[in-house]
Amino acid sequence: MNVVRTLAVALLAGLAIPATALGAEGTKIEAQDWSFAPPFGRFDKGQLQRGYKVYQYVCANCHSARLLSYRNLGEPGGPGFSHEAVEALASQAQITDGPDDTGQMYQRPGVPSDRFRSPYANDAAARAANNGALPPDLSVMAKARAGGSDYLYALLTGYGTAPSDMKMSQGMQYNTAFPGHQIAMPNPLVEGVVEYTDGTKPTPDNYAKDVSAFLMWAAEPKLEERYKVGARIMIFLLVFAVIMYLSKRAVWARLHRRDHSESA
Amino acid sequence: MGHPSTYEPSTGVERWLDSRLPVPRMMHDQFMVFPTPRNLNYWWTFGGILTFMLAIQIVTGIVLAMHYQPTVDGAFDSVEKIMRDVNWGWLLRYAHAIGASMFFVAVYIHTFRGLYYGSYKAPREVLWILGVIILFLMIATAFMGYSLVWGQMSFWAVTVITNLFSSLDAVIPGLGTTLVQWIWGGFAVGEPTLNRLFALHYLFPFVIAGVVILHIWALHIPGSNNPTGVEVKSAKDTIPFHPYYTIKDGYALVLFCILFGALLFYAPNFLGHPDNYIPANPLQTPPHIVPEWYFLPFYAILRAIPSKLFGVIALIASIGILVFVPWLDTSRIRSVSYRPIFKWFFWLFVICCIALGYLGSQAPDGWYLFFGRLCTAYYFGFFLLIMPIVGFIEGPKKLPGSITQSVLGSKAPPGGSQQHAGGAQ
Repeated sequence: MNVVRTLAVALLAGLAIPATALGAEGTKIEAQDWSFAPPFGRFDKGQLQRGYKVYQYVCANCHSARLLSYRNLGEPGGPGFSHEAVEALASQAQITDGPDDTGQMYQRPGVPSDRFRSPYANDAAARAANNGALPPDLSVMAKARAGGSDYLYALLTGYGTAPSDMKMSQGMQYNTAFPGHQIAMPNPLVEGVVEYTDGTKPTPDNYAKDVSAFLMWAAEPKLEERYKVGARIMIFLLVFAVIMYLSKRAVWARLHRRDHSESA
Repeated sequence: MGHPSTYEPSTGVERWLDSRLPVPRMMHDQFMVFPTPRNLNYWWTFGGILTFMLAIQIVTGIVLAMHYQPTVDGAFDSVEKIMRDVNWGWLLRYAHAIGASMFFVAVYIHTFRGLYYGSYKAPREVLWILGVIILFLMIATAFMGYSLVWGQMSFWAVTVITNLFSSLDAVIPGLGTTLVQWIWGGFAVGEPTLNRLFALHYLFPFVIAGVVILHIWALHIPGSNNPTGVEVKSAKDTIPFHPYYTIKDGYALVLFCILFGALLFYAPNFLGHPDNYIPANPLQTPPHIVPEWYFLPFYAILRAIPSKLFGVIALIASIGILVFVPWLDTSRIRSVSYRPIFKWFFWLFVICCIALGYLGSQAPDGWYLFFGRLCTAYYFGFFLLIMPIVGFIEGPKKLPGSITQSVLGSKAPPGGSQQHAGGAQ
């Protein structure tokens, strides 16, 4: 039976292989303490609100997040903006709508049901404005890179000067977390670039942390609901397992009693 | 099927139905009183678990299909819409994705259990072959389902796998290319490909369900094998399926669901590849194209062979060879527990399969390629050489006289009279 147990452990270990095999070449990504870590974590609403501000004033100048709507900002399990705040945030964006009765497209202030406004009309326009590089959409970015929010934080705080023996391409920045260490995005977070009103220090480190948490929520807006439902179902299953185990023993005890009475 | 019916219709309705469509009789005979060896261990619970997983996949899949759009522009976003805007969509989609992994965990354990206890040997060859057909169908279904997400890994996995057919160009020039373009419905993987993958992904689970019914039918003719591999000799060797195995299978199912739930609620993307959250881009190849974990051993075998055509043949043969196992194994002893030599080769084979899984996740060069080839050689050697040869030269350990004796030890009363018809020799 020992061999069998070893097999079971080996099989489960086998499940971990694809995930561990992903560590990109020579990059260092340190795990951070996140408020939303499983199994009981929650998003820190203040952090998500600050993160949205960083996203809005810094990231959104070049990056889209086309899968998000302004209404999401007020939904449960998210930044928790009030309905009025969501309307105000949405109305800051100029949305192209139409065509109207005369066949013309027109601009109007955003409403909560609008998707986040994309900074460029299309990928070609984005490339043309960014030296040929395409700023990727950020909607599910926190799930689209190994390391998730840890990676995003490492990337945003990973800028530095290249080692003297490294040949940098034209217009590229050195970054310790980016695969290959050469990234087209210039360091976006400098001290004071976004104003914080809740007393949090406006340091690049805090910006990076807050916007990484915000992007994790953007990628996984149902994370809190998932943990909550998960906790209930797991408790149910654990109790049910005990009941099933005892029932199984009780049922099989009949068989053992029969064997005893027959052999006696 | 298998044993004389003991069903007594007790009400008028049951009697009426019994002479028209005797479903209650079948349920009573096959699932309530069905005589089952009394010594089945927990490795036998995965059949029930697999039935449960098939049901989960079909139910979640049908609801997902109501919200999914099989278009090149809409597929990725519609999956995200399910995650964000559909009521309980995140639960359905993660349950379906993790469910596929759990399905494979269960089917691999189930298959290895069959291999270890010799469940493929006479009179269960057809049962075993139906199982291999189910495995084939599951692999095809899982592959097509993964493609529907239309992320980078989905797209490039479809590109790589469908391109395998072009290896037939080495047999008849032009045949492979023609076949690949026919599969694609165009000159590259595109919307027609996605549409047919979706249609077939919806169809195959019902084909699987059909073959599962045949699989259970084929099981109920000879009855279950058991850990000793000794046939049922008397009624004392068996117990009714209900309540003994309904409760045991039920307990195991709950434990399995705890693992399922842990992954589903706390690490739903742990088994997936982050690249599949990048929308499919035909102009950009990912640095490493790797399949889901459950295909990695086969992927390692494919890449271990230097020739594309023979790589594809090895890939298909790695599962196809299972069909011939009942005749490749020359030993008359079913359970590996009583086979002192073959036991070592069996566990080496298990290690080899796990190693192939790891090697499949790595780039095929240097030592990875070397060990990939070594394990591939052992994989086929195990079936083609070790199974036939060891069966001839091995002296088995002494088998217990009966199932009852193996359970109760020497104190067991001598085997009862041959009242039970189920134990066909």
